[in-house]
Amino acid sequence: MNTPVLVVRDIHKTFRRDTGEIVQALDGVSFQADRRTLTALVGPDGAGKTTLIRLACGLMTADKGELKVLDTDINLEPQQVQSRIGYMPQRFGLYEDLSVQENLDLYADLHGVTGEERKTRYPQLMEMTALEHFKDRLAGRLSGGMKQKLGLACALVRAPELLVLDEPTVGVDPLSRRELWEIILKLVHEQGLSVLLSTSYLDEAERCGHVVVLHNGKVLAQGRPEEVSKLAMGRTFLADPPAGQKARSLQARLLDDPNVTDAVPEGGQVRLVRKDEAVTVPGMVPTQARFEDGFMVLLRRTVGDRPVGGSMKVDHPPAGHGDEVVVEVHDLLRMFGKFTAVDHVNFDVRRGEIFGLLGPNGAGKTTTFRMLCGLLTVTGGTLKVAGADLRRAGASARQRIGYVAQKFSLYGQLSVAENLGFFASAYGLRGGRKRQRIEWALQQFELKSLARLPSGQLPGGFKQRLAMATSLLHEPETLFLDEPTSGADPLARREFWRRITALAEQGVTVIISTHFMEEAEYCDRVAIMDAGRVLAQGTPAEIRQRAKSEPRRQATMEDAFIAIVEESRRSTPADKARAGGAA
Amino acid sequence: MTLAAEKTKHNALIAKARRVGALVKKEFRQMVRDPSSIAMGVVLPVILILLFGYGLSLDVKNVKVAVVLEAPSPDVTELASGFQLSPYFAAQFLTSMPQAQELLLDRGVDGIVLVRSDVARNMKLGDAQVQIVVNGTDANHARIVQGYAQGAIGQWAARRAAEGRAVNVGPVTVLDRIWFNNANDSHYFLVPGLIVLVMTLIGAFLTSMVMAREWERGTLEALFVTPVRVDEILLGKIIPYFAQGMVGLVLCLFAAKYLFHVPIRGSVWLLAITSMLYLLVALSIGLVISSLTKSQFVASQITLLATFLPAMMLSGFLFDLRSMPTAVRLLTYAMPARYYVALLQTLFLAGDVWGVVLPNAAVLTGMAISLLLLTRLVTQKKLA
Repeated sequence: MNTPVLVVRDIHKTFRRDTGEIVQALDGVSFQADRRTLTALVGPDGAGKTTLIRLACGLMTADKGELKVLDTDINLEPQQVQSRIGYMPQRFGLYEDLSVQENLDLYADLHGVTGEERKTRYPQLMEMTALEHFKDRLAGRLSGGMKQKLGLACALVRAPELLVLDEPTVGVDPLSRRELWEIILKLVHEQGLSVLLSTSYLDEAERCGHVVVLHNGKVLAQGRPEEVSKLAMGRTFLADPPAGQKARSLQARLLDDPNVTDAVPEGGQVRLVRKDEAVTVPGMVPTQARFEDGFMVLLRRTVGDRPVGGSMKVDHPPAGHGDEVVVEVHDLLRMFGKFTAVDHVNFDVRRGEIFGLLGPNGAGKTTTFRMLCGLLTVTGGTLKVAGADLRRAGASARQRIGYVAQKFSLYGQLSVAENLGFFASAYGLRGGRKRQRIEWALQQFELKSLARLPSGQLPGGFKQRLAMATSLLHEPETLFLDEPTSGADPLARREFWRRITALAEQGVTVIISTHFMEEAEYCDRVAIMDAGRVLAQGTPAEIRQRAKSEPRRQATMEDAFIAIVEESRRSTPADKARAGGAA
Repeated sequence: MTLAAEKTKHNALIAKARRVGALVKKEFRQMVRDPSSIAMGVVLPVILILLFGYGLSLDVKNVKVAVVLEAPSPDVTELASGFQLSPYFAAQFLTSMPQAQELLLDRGVDGIVLVRSDVARNMKLGDAQVQIVVNGTDANHARIVQGYAQGAIGQWAARRAAEGRAVNVGPVTVLDRIWFNNANDSHYFLVPGLIVLVMTLIGAFLTSMVMAREWERGTLEALFVTPVRVDEILLGKIIPYFAQGMVGLVLCLFAAKYLFHVPIRGSVWLLAITSMLYLLVALSIGLVISSLTKSQFVASQITLLATFLPAMMLSGFLFDLRSMPTAVRLLTYAMPARYYVALLQTLFLAGDVWGVVLPNAAVLTGMAISLLLLTRLVTQKKLA
C-alpha cells in the first residue's frame, strides 16, 4: 500500500465569471501526494489552490486531465472517495445554530460512527482540540480558531484515509494558528495520517513534507520545502540601515534596485535577496534562506516584472511638522447590542507617520476605522481626526482624509477612467483641476493602459491600485487603509507597501490595518488589537521585545503577538473579556 | 454468498436510515432555533388566517347609492323605500341626475338608480324602465352592486306583479339563493384559498430559502464530502418541512371550523391526502429552485413569482378562472395551485364529489412524481 494518496495529471479547469470573462484556474497541473505525508499547495490567492482541492474532493469536474484519489478515479466514483476522506472547506462549513456536540454527532452519524466507536473517538478528539468545555456552545459563538478546530474534529470523526484542508488558518489569530499546526503535525507524525492542505502563508509551507508551489494555475516548483529555500541560498543577507535611517527607507531603496530580487524590513534590519553579486550594503551579513526567499526567486523568474510604485510623487506635499497630532483616539467604545466590538481604545498618530493596527479577523480593526472616518457612531469616548470629529464636522474636514475600504467598493461596470471621474466629482473637483488629478492618478498608479477597462475586470492587484488612486484624488493629508493587503500576492504586497512608504516620505499620514504580523515592520508605530482591545502599542522594536526569546532564531512580530495575547488572556479569561463571545 | 450479500445490503440500509435520521434531527433543531423559520412557518399562517378571516371580505354591505327620483309619486317611493330598508344599501335621495353624476365622479356614491319622471305614466302602460348606473372602476365591486340593485328592483317588480300590477324592469335575474354559499359569506371560499397560500408558503418558499441558505453558507460543501447521498440530503429537507406543512394545515382547518364556521362537507382524510400531494409538489418546486439558484435572495424572488403569486391570482382562489382571457386561462393549467383550489373548494363546500376529486388529484400526483424526479436530477454533489 505505498501508492500515492493523490495523483494529479495534467489537470485543466476554466471558469466563466459573472462579468463574462473566462478564467483559467488550473492550467496543466500535475503532481502527486504520498501517504503519511503532509503535502501543501502553496500560492497566493487566485493561484488555483481551492479549485484543485475541490476537484480532488469531487465537488467539481475538471475540463481535462486525470485525478486519482486513494487509487480511485474521482470522476467515475466520487462517492467512493467522499466516503473515505475527511474534508474541511475554507469557509466554516458547520451549522452555526447547532452546538459543538450536535455538530459532532451529526458528522458521526453521517460517517456511521456509533456506539463503542464513539466512546473511544470522542475523548480523543476533545483532548486534541481542547473543546471539552465548549461542548454545549453554539458553533456560531465560537472564536475563529475554535471553529476551525471543530471543523477539524468533524473531518476526523471517523479516522479518514486522507485529510483535506483548504486554507485552515485563514483569518485565524496567530495563537490559534500555532495550536492548529501543532494538531496537524501531530496527526501526520504520530498517527501517520496523509494530509493535503492549501495555504497562502509562506512560513507554513516550511513545516510540510512536500510543497507544490502554484501560481496562476501553473505549478512553479514542487519538492521538499528546503528545495525551494535553496533557490535563495547564498544570496540572502541581513543588513542594518545607516544610523538615523529607517529600515523601510533602506528596504525601499534596495527594492528599487533591478539587481535585487527581494527586500523586506525585518526586526529593524532589512532582509535582502540579491540577484547580482554587485549589490552590497555596508555591514550586511549572510543569513539562512527561508521558504519565502526561495519563493520570491521563483516568482521573479516567472513574472519577471519588478515591483513598481517607488517613483510615486505627490503634487502638493502636506505642510506641517512631525510632532503635530493628526488623529487622537481616547477611550473609544463601540457596542453592537451586548457585543463589545471596540473596547476602550486609546491611541494617537502624528503627522507623516505610518501607524498600523494589527490583529486577527474580528479584533475590531474595521469598526475602529469606520468610526474614525465618521461612518459609524461611537458608543463612548472621543475621537478627533485632523482636529475634528468627522461624524459632526462638515465636508471640509472630510476633504482632508482619504479612505480605502476593505472590500472593493468601486463601480465594477464603470471603466477605470469613469470611476476616477466619478470620485473626482464626488470630491468636488472640476474643470482643469479634475483633469489634472485624473491624469496624475492614471500616471502614478500606472493605470493608463487599462483606463478603458471596466474596473470589475481588473486583476486583483490593479483593483487595489485603483481603489488607492481614487482615495488620493483630492490630495488628502491623512489616508486610512483597511486591510489593503489581504488576499494580495507577495509581489503586489511589496508594490503596495512601496507606494505607502513613498507617500509617507512626502508627509502623508497613513493609518493602516493588517492581519499580516510581519507588515508591522513597515510601520513607525503599531497597536496590537485582539478581541476589541489594544493590548500593546509602540514601535515595532518595542513590541518585538515583549516576545519570549526563541532558540536559534530572532523573535518575530508574530512571536510577540502570541506572547502579548497569552499574557493578557492570563489576566482576563478569554470568555469574560467579551460578552457574547463571538469573534 | 447470498446471505452475506443480503447482510451487507441490510447494513447499508440501516446506515442510510441513520444518515437520513441525523439530517432530519438537525433540521428540526435548526427550525426550533431559527426565529425566521418559526416566523414563516407558524406566525405567518396565523397572520394570514386573521387577515383573510377578519380583514378581507368580498361581501358588499352598505353600498352608497344615489336614488334619483325625478318626479316623486307613491309608486316610485315604494321602489325607493326598498333601497332604504335594504342592509346592502345606504341610499341617498336626489331629484336631479346631474347632481347624482357629480356625486358618482367624486366617489361619494358607488351607483345611481335613476327613476325618470315618466316612470309613473309608463308604469300604467305596463312598460316602466329604471336605469342603474354603477362606477365601473372596480369591476368586481361594480358587478356586485349591479346585481344587488337589480335584485332590489326585481323584488319590487315581483311584488307588484303579485298584486296584479305588472311592470317590465328589463333583464333581471333574481337570485333567491347562492349555491354552496347559502349565507353568501366570502369566508366560505376565502378560507380554503388560505390553505393554498399557507401550504405554498411553507412548502415552496420556506424550503427554498433554507436549502439556498445551505448552499450560500457553504454547509453543503462540508456535507458533500461524507458518505451522505443526494437523495438522503433531499429527504432530510422534505421530511421536516412536510411535517411543518401539515402543522400549518391543521392550524388552518381548526381556524376554518371553529373560528369562521366554514363547513367541511367532504371527508377530512381526503382533504389531508390531497393536501399532502400538493405539499410534495410545492416542496419539490422549492428544492429545484434553490438547487438551481444557490442563493437565498434569488431563490426567494423566483419562488414568490413562480408559486406564491400564481397560487393567489391564477388558482381560482381570488379570481374566477372562467372570466380570464384564454391565454391566461391556459396558463393556469400549468399551476399546481389550480388543482388544489378546485379540490379544496369541492371538499369544503360540496363534499366528496369524485368526478372533481379524482381528475384533480391525478394531476397533482403526476406533478408530484415528476417534480420529485426533477429535484433529484438537478441536485448534484457539485459546486458551481
